[in-house]
Amino acid sequence: MELQAVLMAAGGGSRMMDLTYNTPKPLLPVGNKPLIWYPLNLLERVGFEEVIVITTKEVQKMISTDPKVKLDVKMKLDLVCIQEDADMGTADALRHIQQKVKTDVLVVSCDLITDAALHEVVDLFRAHNATLSMLMSKAHEFTETVPGQKGKKKTGEQRDFVGVDDTGKRLLFMANEADLDEGVVIRKSIMRKHPRMHIKTGLVDAHLYCLKKSVVDFLADNKSISSIRGELVPYLVRKQFSKSTNSPKVIDETHQNLKKNDSNVNLEIQISSRDEELLHLTQERSCWNDHRGDMSDAYHGGRLRCYVHIMDEGICYRVNTLAAYIEANRLAPKLFDEPAVHPSAVVSERCLIGADSIIGASCQISDKTSIKRSTIGVSTTVREKVKVTNSIIMHGVTIEEGCNIQGSVICSNAVIGRGADIKYCLVGSAQRIEPDGEHTTMSKACSA
Amino acid sequence: MADCGEPDGPGNKDDITRSKNEGKELSKEEKQRLRKQKKQQKKQKERKNEKSETEKEKTPVSLLPPPRPVATQKAPSALPAPASAPIPVPASAPFHSSPAPSPADKPAKSKAELKAERRARQETDRAAKQPGSSSSGIKTKVPLSELNPVVKRLPEHVQVDDPAVVKRLAKKLERQQIPLRSDYGYKVSLFSHLHQYSRKAPLTQQLSIPSTVIHPSIVRLGLQYSQGIVAGSNARSVALLHAFKQVIRDYTTPPNEELSRDLVNKLKPYISFLNQCRPLSASMGNAIKYIKKEISNIPSQCKEEEAKTKLLTCIDRYIEEKIVLAAKAISKYAIEKISDGDVILVYGCSSLVNNILCEAFEKSRKFRVIVVDSRPRLEGREALRRLVQRGISCTYVLISALSYILPEVSKVFLGAHALLANGYVMSRVGTSQIALVARTFNVPVLVCCETYKFCEKVQTDSFVSNELDDPDDLMVTRKGKTQLENWQDVSSLGLLNLVYDVTPPDFVDLVITDLGMIPCTSVPVVLRVKNLDQ
Repeated sequence: MELQAVLMAAGGGSRMMDLTYNTPKPLLPVGNKPLIWYPLNLLERVGFEEVIVITTKEVQKMISTDPKVKLDVKMKLDLVCIQEDADMGTADALRHIQQKVKTDVLVVSCDLITDAALHEVVDLFRAHNATLSMLMSKAHEFTETVPGQKGKKKTGEQRDFVGVDDTGKRLLFMANEADLDEGVVIRKSIMRKHPRMHIKTGLVDAHLYCLKKSVVDFLADNKSISSIRGELVPYLVRKQFSKSTNSPKVIDETHQNLKKNDSNVNLEIQISSRDEELLHLTQERSCWNDHRGDMSDAYHGGRLRCYVHIMDEGICYRVNTLAAYIEANRLAPKLFDEPAVHPSAVVSERCLIGADSIIGASCQISDKTSIKRSTIGVSTTVREKVKVTNSIIMHGVTIEEGCNIQGSVICSNAVIGRGADIKYCLVGSAQRIEPDGEHTTMSKACSA
Repeated sequence: MADCGEPDGPGNKDDITRSKNEGKELSKEEKQRLRKQKKQQKKQKERKNEKSETEKEKTPVSLLPPPRPVATQKAPSALPAPASAPIPVPASAPFHSSPAPSPADKPAKSKAELKAERRARQETDRAAKQPGSSSSGIKTKVPLSELNPVVKRLPEHVQVDDPAVVKRLAKKLERQQIPLRSDYGYKVSLFSHLHQYSRKAPLTQQLSIPSTVIHPSIVRLGLQYSQGIVAGSNARSVALLHAFKQVIRDYTTPPNEELSRDLVNKLKPYISFLNQCRPLSASMGNAIKYIKKEISNIPSQCKEEEAKTKLLTCIDRYIEEKIVLAAKAISKYAIEKISDGDVILVYGCSSLVNNILCEAFEKSRKFRVIVVDSRPRLEGREALRRLVQRGISCTYVLISALSYILPEVSKVFLGAHALLANGYVMSRVGTSQIALVARTFNVPVLVCCETYKFCEKVQTDSFVSNELDDPDDLMVTRKGKTQLENWQDVSSLGLLNLVYDVTPPDFVDLVITDLGMIPCTSVPVVLRVKNLDQ
């Protein structure tokens, strides 16, 4: 077996608590499908037959009853539960399943919605015998106004600095603004080996990583690393250029300094494989070099290599903020070609449903309603004379007559009273909006 | 066609003429059968020559019909007839001896009659066609009898413009569950019978990602071939054997199957896959033949673990003998040819030639090297780097400056991709140019090649069998502008990126192999000796 897929679905969705306090993030509906369906669909399309899904007990229960996941996903899902309050990072989760990992892993996050060609990422991993291969995409500006937020809020997230070489494939430098004190510090050894480096800041990390099995074993020994994105990836990128990985006499060193540089040496040993001499002979006889202009061999003799595939076009979203969630809902229909209006929905003839709206199963849409650029969830009832524009209505919502909903997110099982006028609001789960209420740009999450 | 299959052997000459007339329609099996029959006839003729006179009276009866119609024709045609007449006799002799004489007699006679009529018809046709070529008719009889009427079938990879062949290939790949790689771009008409692939469309696009049909190390190898990460005849062979080692390690014999047969069948789709990624080189072909032979020679009572370790050691030994030790032997011979003060010209990046030069430098020979390079691969840069890293003083020119630099050169060392059975050297495109110009300047040309790269193909030109690389490699971007960016839109423009060419043996003075220094024309001898060894 070549690769094992691991889906991280235990995240809490800490940046969109309004949505996730009731529904766990992997099960948030996007285009009337649970969020977790998208990465599972991606893996299935590419040809995976089994996936290890790391999730919480609550999600596991809901997944096993969710019809979408059960029916559409043909792969075998191996659900591994972790404690909700253990506050495990992604790397901790990998360490948890170390016994199940038998080959190289492909780690995917549950909030990734993309139509990327995965073979590009995996080909880099295979062809260059890389330790890490990841996917990134050019970030798109979110154009929709986010409900519950006054004005366009500047993204408070820290920027990521990603340095790639001239070919655009080799990852040379990765740091988050939060970790940098004053400026970007680049070691001279990197500059000497790769004199031309492109530093990009407008990239979205898709949180899709191909890791060698030795990295998982390394994680098992180094319990200090808890997040893949935050700690492991920058560590591996830095390690490409550290002196110990490049010296050939590492094997002798292990016998001498077992305690000192334990982690470094461990990773080095695990990188070498059987038939190392044959690989070395091949590289020696091959007339290929990945760079030119200096006297060193291919890959500068380094054994650890990190590669990145940067997508120029195509959809790649990580649904971890409200704005991303809304954007994803807009674009989700493009990813699958199911009919926009579910056949089991009861839609009366005198309603106006725009072309880019999605109506879920078992809906009841009454007369004289107008639904534009919106997503209506499963089992939702929309009474007469309702105008829904640019909104996301989740499952089981009841919208009484005469409502006007614009640019809002209504979570599941909410009830919007008659004649309510809601603009750019976020109505939490099972909330009630009084009839004839007028709400603009607010977030009504709790029942207070 | 059915009459060819008679056991009492039609006359060899008639058969040959018949088959020559309908030559291409005869299938391979039938031709093999014909050949076997002829061999049998000859054997029986020797064995039963004495018995034929004392043989049954039936034979003169069967003889009677043949000479009768023949005798009515002209004298020259009568000559071959009696000569052919004894042939059916010993052939019919075993036919007679096995079954009961009397019932066999009658069918033999009628068959003989039919044969006679046929022969008569043939004679008249031939006589009508060639009235004056009687002597040639007799002379050609002898070589014709030795001639096997075999039409060699062209390999599939040089018949890409034939849709039937392409369909057959597609069906074969479908059966092996391997995706078909589609050709890319406009092909120059002279080379439209070859495949042309684009590097931007790898074969892995159509494979599932955790590849189950093809072993992961083979997928990795195919990717490395198609992207050029593993390039060069030796490197490709070593990488192939390394991948096969992984395959053998991960292999388990399914129940009710024998390792010797099943493993060979397992390797076939992998080889097709690698062929799709990049056409196999001659050295790889020989390595595969060796492995297949080793696998088939595993005795059936051998346990699986034992068999696997045996195969792994065989592979290691092959690499050690044919590549590593051969390189050492070749360096030893070649260093004798390098004298102090030499100016040596090398072309491109040949791992063997680089090895020789580095060893010679270590043995303190004083020489300098001129590296000749050519677009689009520009492999000479890598050769230059490796030589300069060792401390050898080098000059670097492009192939267009060859005749300018040659007056300085005292020897030319060339590497080879393969050595063909007629003495031609198949190597990177540009090598034959270098050999030609060197010959004009009377500079000795020495080709270094291991014996495992000797192949039984025969080629006299670089058109029939070659490899077309990605045409987009010829595009170059200078100052942000790529002039050939839209070359596909220009209907009268075709980009050709050849990989190999053949050098005639007249331009090569010496071939240095691990068996010694031989002239180019001794390659078939080496091949024959190798075949005898195996």
